[in-house]
Amino acid sequence: MTLEPGLYHILFISAALFFIGVFGFFTRRNLITMLMSIELILNSVNLNFIAFNKYVWPNRLDGLFFTIFVIAIAAAEAAVAIAIIINLYRSHQSIDVDRTTELKY
Amino acid sequence: MSGSTIIFYLLAALTLVSGAMAVTTRHIFRAAIYLLFSLIGIAGLYFWMQYEFIAAVQIVVYVGGIVVLIIFSIFLTQSAGELLPKQKFGRTLFSALAAFCGLALTMVQVYEHTFEGTQESAIAPTVANIGNQMLGVNDTGYALPFEVVSMLLLAALIGCIVIALRSPKGVVATTKGQLTEDIKPVINIKETESIN
Repeated sequence: MTLEPGLYHILFISAALFFIGVFGFFTRRNLITMLMSIELILNSVNLNFIAFNKYVWPNRLDGLFFTIFVIAIAAAEAAVAIAIIINLYRSHQSIDVDRTTELKY
Repeated sequence: MSGSTIIFYLLAALTLVSGAMAVTTRHIFRAAIYLLFSLIGIAGLYFWMQYEFIAAVQIVVYVGGIVVLIIFSIFLTQSAGELLPKQKFGRTLFSALAAFCGLALTMVQVYEHTFEGTQESAIAPTVANIGNQMLGVNDTGYALPFEVVSMLLLAALIGCIVIALRSPKGVVATTKGQLTEDIKPVINIKETESIN
């Protein structure tokens, strides 16, 4: 373990960010803040892809392409999730996951 | 300690501290702003690794798109200045414990493994190289996923419009003739709302 930043440092940042997102997903009960936690998790995955692309397989660009596609899918996911949240707020006047039990019927 | 190292640690601290603040603060608007700084820190890390195109995409899509979308939805659904309800202490404690144990387990696994980098010459992640491979139809090309993602974005666009569409009669989007007792009070609320 050296002080000079390398692959392991970025993997640590990525893992820490992932579990910060997991912690937020466990503790939050508001749909918008849960969506923020999911964004943090997806970003940590992107950081991992780029780090492996740079430090382990610099002769290919596959990690970079995975990152681009993950960003595109995350954007689509966030847009659909926010549309659902706003629709839910209109019908229930609340976006607390503990109070939206009618969704399953 | 060189300047590059110092910048790396500053970016790492920015990312992790604002990420942690984003999931712990009780002001929902501040949570969105902390998320913004965390995403900017990640874009800075991409710049630090000299993947400038991904860093630019990160800033454009996340900082310019998703965070703005989240802030708009906060304005639409939350009353301003209201704190999020306090969580039970046990839930917070066990979530933190689970997250910490997961992090420790992952990092032990990562540090025990030695990653061996390839010896072949590197490809520069320039826009020209990315574009050539993105639309290539040979073995290493990504033309098919590119088209699939474009279909996905179209489907998401139409889906968002259909879901968020306010129907003219004030009826929540549901299948015709299947209104159950549970849904009826919701429709009443909607109708009184539209009268007001």
